[in-house]
Amino acid sequence: MNTVANQPPEIQKEESMLLQKAMISANYDALATAHEDGKKISSTFVPGNLNELLMCFDFVRNLPEINALQAGMRKKSAGYIMEAERSGHSEDVCTYVKSDLGMMAKGQVGPNGKTLPVPDILLLSYTGCFTFMKWFELVRDQYDCETTMLHVPYQANGEITENMRNFVVTQLKEQVIPALERVSGVKFDIDRLREYMIESARAEDDLVWVLESAKNKPSPIDAYFGGVYYCGPIFTAFRGSEDTTAYYRALREEVADRIARGLGPVTPDGVLEEERIRLVVEGPPNWTHFREFWKMFYEEGAVVVASSYTKVGGVYDFGFRHDPKNPLESLADYCLGCYTNHNLSSRVNMLCDYMDEYEADGFLVNSIKSCNSFSAGQLLMLREIEERTGKPAGFIETDLVDPRYFSPANVKNRLESYFQMIEQKKTRGDARTAA
Amino acid sequence: MDLKQVFRYYYTIIWQRALIMALDEIVEHCQQLYDDLDFSCVKRWKEGGNGRKAIGHMPVYVPREIIHAAGMLPVGILGGGDQLDVIHGDAYYQSYICRIPRSTIELAITGRLDCLDGMLFPSICDVIRNLSGMWQLKFGNKFVRYFDVPQNFDLDIGGVFYTRELEVLCEELEALGGKKITAENLRASIALYNENRQAIRQLYDYRSAEPWQVLTPELYLIMRAGMVLPVDEHTQLIRDYIAEVRKIERPVRDNCRVVINGLFCEQPPLGLLKSIELAGCYVVDDDFMLVARWLLEDVPTDGDPIKNLSDAFINYSIETSCKFVPEKKNKGEFLVQSVRRNRAEGVIFASPSFCDPALLDRPMLQKALSAQGIPYTAFKFAENSGQMQPIREQAGTFADSIKLWSAA
Repeated sequence: MNTVANQPPEIQKEESMLLQKAMISANYDALATAHEDGKKISSTFVPGNLNELLMCFDFVRNLPEINALQAGMRKKSAGYIMEAERSGHSEDVCTYVKSDLGMMAKGQVGPNGKTLPVPDILLLSYTGCFTFMKWFELVRDQYDCETTMLHVPYQANGEITENMRNFVVTQLKEQVIPALERVSGVKFDIDRLREYMIESARAEDDLVWVLESAKNKPSPIDAYFGGVYYCGPIFTAFRGSEDTTAYYRALREEVADRIARGLGPVTPDGVLEEERIRLVVEGPPNWTHFREFWKMFYEEGAVVVASSYTKVGGVYDFGFRHDPKNPLESLADYCLGCYTNHNLSSRVNMLCDYMDEYEADGFLVNSIKSCNSFSAGQLLMLREIEERTGKPAGFIETDLVDPRYFSPANVKNRLESYFQMIEQKKTRGDARTAA
Repeated sequence: MDLKQVFRYYYTIIWQRALIMALDEIVEHCQQLYDDLDFSCVKRWKEGGNGRKAIGHMPVYVPREIIHAAGMLPVGILGGGDQLDVIHGDAYYQSYICRIPRSTIELAITGRLDCLDGMLFPSICDVIRNLSGMWQLKFGNKFVRYFDVPQNFDLDIGGVFYTRELEVLCEELEALGGKKITAENLRASIALYNENRQAIRQLYDYRSAEPWQVLTPELYLIMRAGMVLPVDEHTQLIRDYIAEVRKIERPVRDNCRVVINGLFCEQPPLGLLKSIELAGCYVVDDDFMLVARWLLEDVPTDGDPIKNLSDAFINYSIETSCKFVPEKKNKGEFLVQSVRRNRAEGVIFASPSFCDPALLDRPMLQKALSAQGIPYTAFKFAENSGQMQPIREQAGTFADSIKLWSAA
């Protein structure tokens, strides 16, 4: 059953999505001409990205995961992955890595059709994902540029110890910042960092407000498919900028307006009319069939009210904010606190909290072949969450950017069965309550 | 033939047979330890003293000296191999995840790891890291620790972090065992492990010099025995093996000399190692049981023992796919040096299916080898791989090609 009002011919987008698209395009344009403009380029990862710090040195920021994601959405990743596999990369490993390497091998053309220049520095933020370390060794192998490593210890016992924090701060002081100064030629100014962090904290407040708006019924947002747009600026090259603060303020106002009007999320086919199922989703989305995947949910009136993927570039809804009073320690805590840097118990607790606070009807895992950081252990997490919450759990398998691992018929079949199971359980529950 | 000659003839035969039997007994003993998925020898060790405790650890590296100094037995848990029927373990993992965590879970669920009082999970990859969390959820009534090691190799940065992590490990094991780990105890343990490292170096040097004498499947079993035996027993076992194997002369085959790489975590079936040798390759270096070879030099036995262990890790530990190589120019250099030092003629990359570290690293290592004109071949395996014919054919073709190039 389609619960979407009026089927407009064109894909519907929120104002904030258009704003974000403009920011991303501008960044790709800035990357393309950075060297002609006399600017230096940094390349770094989403989890544990030190955007405020990089801005202190005037770097134009490139994020290889975002390039791979964009390639996936533009149906280019399959060719890139094949190219990487032809040159000896295993079919078993992360497809983000192979998409990135394949893109480099095919002329390093960015999503805007312009050549991405060679970065001047690789900032390896080794946070929550082992593959990052190898990815940057592989990228370094292709380029002749400086690499600086930031090892972020894993929160194995669900806490940040002083030793972990000190380790990260010392690396920042002794190695990362000097390398950034050396490559950029800009002297580090801690007050400049503080200014950016003030902006970050403002944007983070608004992002959390938006994410928590999903506690409303109906939820005004989809916290997974829409959520990836909402967290885009703050997870990537923009956190700490005034533009980003403005973006989140605009987004908040947009969502507040939807709440006031009792509207559901905006989907590519328009505003969702009827919210029938509320879900918490664990794991990244698939990018190669993003809209088709999303449609499988909204066609059934399923709305994601909370997701773990929107915490991968920073967990803000449990209180953390970038703190200008303790800038380096705060950067350390940010890195240490990214979602996949949490142990499984913490992840289970977090997801159970979401199930409860967002009054979800079910818990769904989208298990990604490429991403062991997320995926290893998800079947046990699923059982734990099902047992603790008493809500039905579902499991599907796709991939990030390898279309060979997205089987639409299988995924749709599984989702439909799962949604039916949820509805039956809800009906039984409602009947019992009425009796 | 006079009586004296007859006597000498039979004496020689009987003596040779006795020697071979002594050698066979050592290898058979190791084979039994390898086959014993119930860890009977760990149970026997625990029964040998009141309140004895055993701590399991996954492959690659943990500082076993600290476990030993706490009066506990470090036990290497290396999956279930090709003899374990994995029934429960598969229910915990998607098809695209390697085999070792599922067989390890199987070992635990079937009660085979009940003899362990705790588990350490070294930082190998995301799968083993997350396995530590699964252990916390499923077997959290026992001591569970993810053992993070620094990827920063500056003594004042990574070294400081690691030293504190070692102190925390000491504190936790002291709490578990109810026994203080004194500096004196730890120094004594370091000394015992230094002896073990020396014996292992001797074994590897011997194989490198005369690979027809030290067959790799035997060396593997000897090394595996060290995962369950007390360190002093293992050191003696290595020495006995070397002494016995030196007494006999094994036939020298026209094999090529290879280094094998990628076996640091999920273990190869024994049949795979036999197949490589049968295909015409003498293995002259490998990355088996790195925990025993991680520190490339002896650890000083004077001064602060924790700091000594930490400094050893930072300054002279082995290079493997689980580690970051800070300088681009050094990537693959460790493997190239191993080829040179051991006069190998090629490298066989044997990587477990879905092993991120090994498979992501492989193209970079291959590039380093190509730059030096060192030939290589690559295949994948799983710990329960049963069909060895393709591997034998590939290794055989590789050996033939090396011989042909050498002749040219």
